[in-house]
Formats: sequence, C-alpha cells, structure tokens
Amino acid sequence: MYQFEYHKASSVEDAMKKLASADDGKILAGGMTLLPTMKQRLASPSDLIDLSGIAALKGIKVDGKTVTIGAMTTHWEVHSSKDVQKAIPALSDLAGQIGDPMVRHRGTIGGSIANSDPSADYPAAVIGLGATIKTNKRDIAADDYFKGLFETALADDELIVSVSFPIPKRAAYQKFPQPASRYAMVGVMVAETDSGIRVGVTGAGPCAFRVPAMEKALGAKFAAESVANITIPSDGLNSDIHGSAEYRAHLVGVMAKRAVAAA
Amino acid sequence: MGEFGIGQSVKRKEDDTLLIGKGHYIDDINVAGQAHAYVLRSPHANAKVLSIETGSALAMPGVLAIYTGADVEDVGPLPCAVDAMFEFKRRNGSKRFFPTHHVLVRTHVRHVGDPVAFVIAETRTQAKDAAEAVLVDYEVLPSVTDTAAALAPGAPVIYADETDGNDAFLFTMGDAAASEAAFTAAHKTVRFKHVNQRIIAASMEPRGCIGEYDAASGRYTLHTNTQSVYRNRAICAQMLGVEENRIHVTCPEVGGSFGMKGMPYPEQPLVMLAAQRLGRAVKWYSDRSEAFLSDTQGRDLVVDAELALDSDGHFLAVRVHSVGSMGAYASNFGPMILSAGSVRMLPGVYRVPLVYAEVEVSITNKVFTDAYRGAGRPEASYVIERLVDLAAHAMKLSPVEIRRRNLIAAAQMPYSGPTGMTYDSGDFVKNLDDCLKAADWDGIEVRRAEAAKRGRLRGIGMSVYIEATAGGVPETARIEVNADGSVMAYSGSLTQGQAHATTFAQIVADKLGTDYDRITVHQGDSDILAQGGGAGGSRSGYSGGGAVLAGVEKVIDKARKIASHMLEAAEADIEFDGGTFTIAGTDRTLSLGDVAKAADDPANLPDGMAPGLKEDATYKSEASSFPNGCHIVEVEVDPDTGDIVIENYTVVDDFGHVLNPMIVHGQIHGGIVQGIGQALYEDAIYDAESGQLLTGSFMDYCMPRALNLPSIKIDMNVVPCTTNSLGLKGAGEAGTTGATGAVINAVLDALAPTGVTHIEMPATPQRVWRAIHDAKAA
Ligand SMILES: Cc1cc2nc3c(=O)[nH]c(=O)nc-3n(C[C@H](O)[C@H](O)[C@H](O)COP(=O)(O)OP(=O)(O)OC[C@H]3O[C@@H](n4cnc5c(N)ncnc54)[C@H](O)[C@@H]3O)c2cc1C
Repeated sequence: MYQFEYHKASSVEDAMKKLASADDGKILAGGMTLLPTMKQRLASPSDLIDLSGIAALKGIKVDGKTVTIGAMTTHWEVHSSKDVQKAIPALSDLAGQIGDPMVRHRGTIGGSIANSDPSADYPAAVIGLGATIKTNKRDIAADDYFKGLFETALADDELIVSVSFPIPKRAAYQKFPQPASRYAMVGVMVAETDSGIRVGVTGAGPCAFRVPAMEKALGAKFAAESVANITIPSDGLNSDIHGSAEYRAHLVGVMAKRAVAAA
Repeated sequence: MGEFGIGQSVKRKEDDTLLIGKGHYIDDINVAGQAHAYVLRSPHANAKVLSIETGSALAMPGVLAIYTGADVEDVGPLPCAVDAMFEFKRRNGSKRFFPTHHVLVRTHVRHVGDPVAFVIAETRTQAKDAAEAVLVDYEVLPSVTDTAAALAPGAPVIYADETDGNDAFLFTMGDAAASEAAFTAAHKTVRFKHVNQRIIAASMEPRGCIGEYDAASGRYTLHTNTQSVYRNRAICAQMLGVEENRIHVTCPEVGGSFGMKGMPYPEQPLVMLAAQRLGRAVKWYSDRSEAFLSDTQGRDLVVDAELALDSDGHFLAVRVHSVGSMGAYASNFGPMILSAGSVRMLPGVYRVPLVYAEVEVSITNKVFTDAYRGAGRPEASYVIERLVDLAAHAMKLSPVEIRRRNLIAAAQMPYSGPTGMTYDSGDFVKNLDDCLKAADWDGIEVRRAEAAKRGRLRGIGMSVYIEATAGGVPETARIEVNADGSVMAYSGSLTQGQAHATTFAQIVADKLGTDYDRITVHQGDSDILAQGGGAGGSRSGYSGGGAVLAGVEKVIDKARKIASHMLEAAEADIEFDGGTFTIAGTDRTLSLGDVAKAADDPANLPDGMAPGLKEDATYKSEASSFPNGCHIVEVEVDPDTGDIVIENYTVVDDFGHVLNPMIVHGQIHGGIVQGIGQALYEDAIYDAESGQLLTGSFMDYCMPRALNLPSIKIDMNVVPCTTNSLGLKGAGEAGTTGATGAVINAVLDALAPTGVTHIEMPATPQRVWRAIHDAKAA
C-alpha cells in the first residue's frame, strides 16, 4: 500500500466536498474491493473519504411498494433483515451468498453496485428486480445504470445514496459460484414484478443484463419449462479459466430455470 | 501406559496457545534493530537481464543496500541433494542437465518470480518502494511452460547457451523387453493417459527468515520456518562458504509446510549475508502473492500408463511413459520425486510381476517443483487405481472383484515386488472388506436410484492404496531427567503442526512413567543436538519417536545401574515401573527423580560412570514403513452444471500402532482434503504465451473449503510395522495418496450413464459439463 490521506466524512455534502478537493480521491465504503487493490499496489488514491460515519447512508426502509436500502448497509444487514426477508426473500438470500461472513459484515450494497464487478451478485438483483439507484444528484433506473466492465452511469462527483427495490410478486436468485473466488460465475434473478417479468443475469457478461426472450416466455407462462429451451448466444460473454463463454451461456439457462422453479 | 500413554487421544499440548492465536511464528519474531528485505522478482518467464540500475533506488529514504547477482557472487548456488544419490543421464546418454541455481539471477531470469534483487531498508514499505525504483532492462525471450511441449521439437531451448534441449534427464526402471513381451502376450491391455497437474502448497503461513550476525564470535543466526534446522544449517553453510559451527538455526512454530519448506531457499543465505555486511539483523517475510511465485510447487507429470492382463483378470505388467517438469531449476529432492518417486510404488497393493517405467524430466519456465504431501506416491497410486478400474471395465468385472483377484495376501508378507520395495506387513484384503462394509458399498444402487429422482448422477469409487514413507533416515533425541523428576525431551525432528510436543511426550510418559505435564519437548534449535533430521516422508512418528524411545531406554538403563548402586542390590533385581525403581519383592524404592538428583554427584555413582541423567540417542528405522488402506468415496454429479458434491467418504487405514488416534485422524483429514483438492479443485495454470501464472491468487487458485467436504468416516486396521521400534506406519501422507484415485473413480462411476470414461484432474464443473456435452455429441 502507498501513503494516502484518510478522511471521515460527516455527511454526503461533506464527502463530496472532500472528494472534490482531493488530488485523486476515492470513496471508501466497506473497503472489501478497494483495500485489497491498494494493498497490492494496483490502486494508489491520494485520499480516502470514508462514508462509515454518515448515518443517512445506512439502514433499510420498507414501505408498501419498495424496499429502500442505504448505500452503506452491509450485505449481512440485508441478509439478516426481517423486513427484507419478508418483502423480498430473494434479495436477502442473494446477500447471504456473497463472499464469506467477514466480507458480508464489511461489504456494502453501495460499494458493490458502484464497483460493478462483472461477477458481483447485487447487479443481478438491481437488473432483475428493476431497482432505482438514488445518488446525490438523481435517480437512475436499473436499465440505464450498468454500462460495461466496471463501468456505470455514475459521474465522478456522484455518490450512491440508496437503492430502491420494488417489491416483486415473486422472485428467486440462483447462483453458480466460480469455484475459487465464489463470486458468481453466473447468477440469475428472476422476478415477477408489477411491470412484468424481469430476468437479470450477472457473471456471464461484462456487466449485468436482461434476457428479453426469457422474460417474454415467462410472461406467457411462468414455469421452468418456459425457459428450458431458450439459449442465449455466447458471443461477447466472459471467458476465463473457470468457464468459457459457451459454458456460461449454458449456465444462464440452467440457473434461470432453477430460479423460476424456486420463485 | 495410563491416560497419557501411547495410543491415547491425549489433547495436544500445542493447542492451548495455537487456538487462541498466541502461537509464535516467524513474523512474531523481531530482533532489535532489524532491517527489512524485499525481493524484487522477475515479471517475465524467460528473459535476458541486460542491465540493472539501482542508483535512484539506493537514494530513496531508508534504503540500506540493494544486492543484485553481481553483488553476491561469493554465495554458492542452491544445491540439489538428490544429484549426488542418482546418476541422472539424458536420453542421448550425456550427463543430466541441471542449471546452476543462484540465489539472485546473474544473466537471465527463468521463471516469473525468479529473484532479481534483494532490497534492504529500514522498513518493509521502504524496501518495497525502492524495489519499484530498481530499473531492470530485460530482453524478453520466448518461454515454454507446458510440461510435455517443452520437449517437442521447435520448443524454445531455455538454457540454449549451455545445452541443446529442455530435457534434463531420462529415468528408466525395469526391463523394457520383458514388459513388451508381457504386453504382446496379454489377453487384454488398458491404457490411461492423463495429467497429474501442478499443485501449489499454499501453507497457511508463508516462508520467512531473519538473519543475524555476531561479529565477535563470527556466528550467524538464522531464524526460519523449515522442516529441518540441520539441513538448513548444512546447506546454508555450504552456500555461504563457512563451517557449520558458525551457523545457528532456530525454528519457531511453523504454519504448515507439506514438503514446501523442506529445503533452503535463496532468502535464507541472503538475510545472513546482509546481516553480516550491514551489521544488523535483516528480516524477510513472504507475502501471499510471492508465495505463489516462489515457493516450490508439487506434482506436474504427463503420464501414459498401461496395464496388461491375462484372461482371468490377473495383472501381468504395468508400463508407464511420463514427462515430468521440474521447472526452471533442479530443487533439492525435486528431480527424484518426479522420476523414481513417482514410479516406485506403481504396483500398489497388487501382485504385478513386471513394471517398466520411463520418466523424462523437462525444464520449463515455471518455479521449481519439490516434495508436496506424498511426493510421488499419490501420483503412482492414482495411476494404478485408475488402471485397475479401467481393467475392471474392460474385463467386465466389478472394481471389487478385480482387486480381490490381484491383492497381495496377508500371508505373503513380507512381500518383495518388482520395483525393489519390500512391504513388511499389511492385510489389504481386510482393509477392503472392512471399508466395503463401512461404506455400504452394496447399497449403492438404492442411493443411485434415489439420486436419479433428484436429477443427480450418483457414483461410488475406491482406491486400495499403499505408500512408502521415508525409511532408514537417522534421527536424534536427548532425554534429560531433572533433579525434580521432570523431563526434557530434545528432538532432532521438527513439527510444522503435527504435534510432536504431544506425541513425543506420550512416549516419554508411557515409558518413564513421568506425568505428561512434567514433560517438555523441545526442537527447532540446531545448537542443542549435534545433528538431527527433521520432518519429511511421514517419518517423524517412528524416526523422531524412535529416537525419543531409544533415549528413554538409555536413561532407564543408566538409572537402573545407579539405583542398583544406591540400593546396593543386583541390577537384575531392580524393577522399573511407573517412574519408580524397586528391589524386587521389597518395599525399597527410589523414584526416577531421586536417581536424577543423586546422579549429579559422582560420589553416588558406580565407578567410572559419568554424572547426570541425560542421554543422547540416534535411531534409524530399518526400512520405509508402508501405510496402506482403502478409501471409498461416493459423489453426486449435477449433470446440468457439472458440479460435484462428495456425499460420503469412508476410509480404513492400517498405520500399524498409533501414538495418538486423535492426531492421526487429523492427519487423515488433512491428507484426504489435499487429495480431494487435487482431484476436484487445485490447478497451477500457466499462460502458454506469456508464461504467467494465471492462478496467482486464491481468487483463481481453488483451495478446498469446509463447505466442499464431507464428514470422513475412519476405521483402523492395526497391523504393526515390523521395521521400526514403535511398530508405526507413517500417517502424514497416506490420505493424500489414497484420495485422488478414489475420488476420480467415483466421479467416473457417476458419469458412466453419460458415456464419459475419462476426466482430467481437477474435475472442475466446467470440465465435467464439457465431458458430458462432448459425450452426448459423440
Ligand atoms: C474475499 C471476498 C469475497 C467476495 N465475494 C463476493 C461475492 O461472492 N459476490 C459479490 O458480489 N461480491 C463479493 N465480494 C465483494 C464485496 O461483496 C463488496 O461488495 C465489494 O467489495 C464492494 O463493496 P465495499 O463496500 O467493500 O466497497 P469498497 O471496496 O469500499 O469500494 C468499492 C468501490 O466503490 C466505490 N464506492 C463505494 N461506495 C460508494 C458509493 N456509495 N457511491 C459511489 N461509489 C462508491 C469506491 O470508491 C470503490 O471504487 C467479495 C469480496 C472479497 C474481499
């Protein structure tokens, strides 16, 4: 790790001010991605602005239609929240499958979504449930948020404040972990929402995406066999030593089928 | 004797400290005034070093020195111990080619991670910063990391300045013509081509060392985590060009080794040299990323194996052609393990009249290989146990029946096989029978049908294994009875977590009758005993324990003489039991402590006897021990994803007498888990183009996790070993030896309905899915 200045922000405004005045500042949430890269000297921010002191970024609120989760809420809090378990059990279930207990107690939903790792779990929920990303500047619809490999719609001076998930009629998440890291090789969130069926896929592509063909088939009939014969093209999918694009394309089908069965 | 004696599951003396994080490891040692070293390593697999520019790095804050190859030319190369034991020759008949292994590279880097410069600064961070400022100009050369491709015509010759190919040597064993005749005459033959992939040891604690130099005495001290302080002392002395008495090696707790810390590494002589040059202690501690690149790795063979059978399914001959890659240098035991080590146990537990093996060892741009838990025996066991399953299939016999027809019977012991190994004892048929029963082998069809209803393919597989532990290696001990009756047991062996402090104390408690809590075992200090061995080849129990036993017996002998003198009774009339000497048939007694106290004063002793009750002993087992047993594994495969779950794992082991069943169970668990790791998860993958290690962190190198593992059912079948004084068979590597074959046999049994007949290790989900997919298409 190289030298850096540490700042603890007291509010979102304070955080943005500190970020703006830093040379090459970075927001610090749970640090589960940022700190390892700094330790390996792959990132060298001049300043870290820690969000952990901002109460407004924490906590889970449920109203009749949505579950709103503050950016600094940990995976463990989402997983163990009775409110989330009741409103969107699939989301609690997903959060419980992230990493290990240490990671779940530090890592945050804001950090995960801001980072947009191609194999992170939350992006499947954001896309699959049709969430809204609330930043200090605007609301961003899920479909407009993920732009590519580690690329999002966030501007440099934009901070995720919370994520709102509309409560689906039913939903389920199925994950096939990459054996070594246990991030998602492929993860699929299938949901029946007020605005129709959504299928959100993570792990398979450069960033999370929907599968319109499956959504259409499930719209006609919400049953596992509806997606059984739908294959997605492997072009452009991720390929590495753990899974070729072809294998990942195949797993999307398997996980989607299982998610439908579980929903 | 008693609840702390031999054979009892005594709680480990080590655990009170280790389990609460109070263990004392290398990184817990800090010497006053120590500086910190960081190794600048090669980012390239093969390159010529054109220039190294250290000027600006040297000017950075806190930097004390930067050594490159040119600065340490007085340090000798790392030796390859087995070079002196074998006459290795190349295929063309010329002498083996082993490249010189300098502690810092001189002209070329030969693998990613090869040490280029040793940077010493006030802090580790400063050393790291300075290492980044060292400017190395490389001319990158084509590299080759694939084990077999390195021998193919047209492969870049890595040491082109010194030799004409990447073949280091060719090892052959057995009679080629006789085996050819057996294969020609055979009723059936089966063939099994496979890769026994490279494994990363990944001990929980990385390597580390601290060097000190005392100018007044001219002595070096090396604190390091190792398997042998004595081997380290000898080799470091050789490399530094000093006599052994000038080096003191100490070793604290070691967080796992598995063979990997068995040999000296460049950093050890370098911290000593730096300490001497700078006049202050120097510490080096590997980080995890470096460990992936610079620790010795294990296995790495490409094997073509065949088995010939007669019409009754009896084995006639085994033949193996393999290529093993030692990496860029010849490590201490590495070349032996890849060659003789991987083929000597090919016959396994079976009557195999003929074995012929050829192993050609290639040089590649990968880090060097050396011992890794099992060190050749798991490779051999995997070959024979897979061949036997293939033979069963070819002969339309069950895996059980074909084994029964070929197992060596207990009545045939001792049994001398075709590769020069003599098994002293064992009851392989009983191992098989007991394990079949414990695993409910016959009930598999019910479980298979139930699994099928859930869309899972269930399979069962076995391996009836045997392995050869290190034999005939001397080990030392000193047993010292204090005046208060407490006992110090010094051992030349060394623990990396195996709990010698407990098991050796059990031997002392059992034989001397001393309270377990009043026995202290001390090891890991080269200044205490003149010589010693260390851990390796699963020998510590009977070698280290045997030396402790020999020391205890010498103490009892001497104490009996003293007691007889003090009690004025004939030696033959003195009985020793439970720590007390008694004149037979009387109530006249002396405790061991009484004798020890008296022994300090020559006046109490028979004429000419030296004072003290302290005995040094050296013990050498007559031969290797041959732990053996049976593993039965049941798996379920998810055919849609290729995922494998191990449902049941049953093992029956014959480890002869057992010092501490709980500790041995721990060894079985750990050994099996490492075997499962190789069978299903672990694989050191190098990029064919760049030579970079693609699995350079735990994000990509898959270690077995608790959630991947079943509860392991263990039974013991005790057939005492006849070639060591305690009757033990080493338990450390047996689990690893039996596991790979059993797991893969089970996986292929599960996959049988899909038409898949072969899968490489590790059987990852992608591989399994691909195999099913390809079988469907075929
Ligand atoms: C061993 C391990 C295993 C893991 N396994 C999984 C897994 O299985 N599945 C999975 O999904 N994830 C996994 N993770 C990732 C983890 O879950 C975290 O979610 C992730 O690291 C990011 O969250 P964080 O709070 O730690 O963010 P940080 O590391 O603190 O930050 C990540 C990035 O996001 C930026 N950032 C943080 N918060 C905000 C914000 N509110 N607004 C804008 N930008 C922000 C930071 O500047 C930084 O660039 C794993 C991590 C580890 C270390």
